[in-house]
Amino acid sequence: MSDPVRRLARLVPRTEARTASADLAAQVADLAAAAGRLDVALAEVESPIGSLLVAVTPRGLVRVAFEDEDRDLVLDDLARRVSPRILAAAAATDEVRRQLDQYFEGGRRRFDVRVDRRLMTAFTRQVLRRTARVGFGEVATYGQIAAAIGRPRAARAVGAALGANPVPIVVPCHRVIGSSGSLIGYAGGLDRKTTLLRLEGSLPG
Amino acid sequence: MALPPFRDVVDEHRALVWRFLAVAVGRDDVDDVAQETFLAALRAYPRCNDATHLDRWLLKIASRKAIDHHRRTARSPHAMAEVPEEPAARVPDGDDGLWAAVAGLPAKQRAAVVLRHVLDRPYDEIAWLLACSPDAARANVAAGLKRLREVIT
Repeated sequence: MSDPVRRLARLVPRTEARTASADLAAQVADLAAAAGRLDVALAEVESPIGSLLVAVTPRGLVRVAFEDEDRDLVLDDLARRVSPRILAAAAATDEVRRQLDQYFEGGRRRFDVRVDRRLMTAFTRQVLRRTARVGFGEVATYGQIAAAIGRPRAARAVGAALGANPVPIVVPCHRVIGSSGSLIGYAGGLDRKTTLLRLEGSLPG
Repeated sequence: MALPPFRDVVDEHRALVWRFLAVAVGRDDVDDVAQETFLAALRAYPRCNDATHLDRWLLKIASRKAIDHHRRTARSPHAMAEVPEEPAARVPDGDDGLWAAVAGLPAKQRAAVVLRHVLDRPYDEIAWLLACSPDAARANVAAGLKRLREVIT
């Protein structure tokens, strides 16, 4: 008989363990979400402006990140500021993914999802609440948003707050442009802002 | 040190935990107990104060789940029939025999043997994982190995 000690180490190879445990995170995520123990559910959504990371908490959509935002940085920030209990989870992100798909296919003009505002400062909340009222196919200027929140001279601060929008597209900061009609800036880059405004018919295709 | 996103914790340590549990509870039950382990870990995660040693934090939860699993199955009448009589029945040499011999070990000895000889963990860590003294950890591993050598023909 060969010594059992040496054979124990070979009983379950590391490669088998790696392969066999591949679906563990998804299984745990669905069980945890159903039991209300997942604080942040993640999913990637394919779109005409690239892959979007969406993060959903029990309070609502907390983050939408563009393809070129470093996923590790986005997740570390969520872990620190919301909760480290973060997993990719299909069911918990279903509704947001469905509505984004409909929007990009042209079949949805407004989002009907709750937004978790924990990543917004008080001023950003105020700016984004006003921005959320700019409808599909419309645009507003930075100055108009500033005036609407009672801070007519704060157009530049409004721009900064829009740049810090943690849930772009769903809160449509892309609909806010310069008073001359130029697009000015966008956290996701001007190409994406152009694509979104064309999709909504606000810019000629 | 800030806790990393739990997603990264699962990705980094799932294979280690699965490999431990595959031998500690057997291939039939490893998937269920691994899910239980990570669910319990997720629940406790915000209170984890050992961010630099998440592997052993997870192994501690997995060890507890493995031992709980044996307590649970030992109580069900179906499983009782499969627990070998004392002295242990002899099993043939080869992997099947080794699996049967490992399955016949008492839960704590089994966990201790797996931690030492499958995962190559040091005795002071095994002691911490199984909530016993280093001497007791050594004794559990030694008793487990003795029994494996006895039952494998």
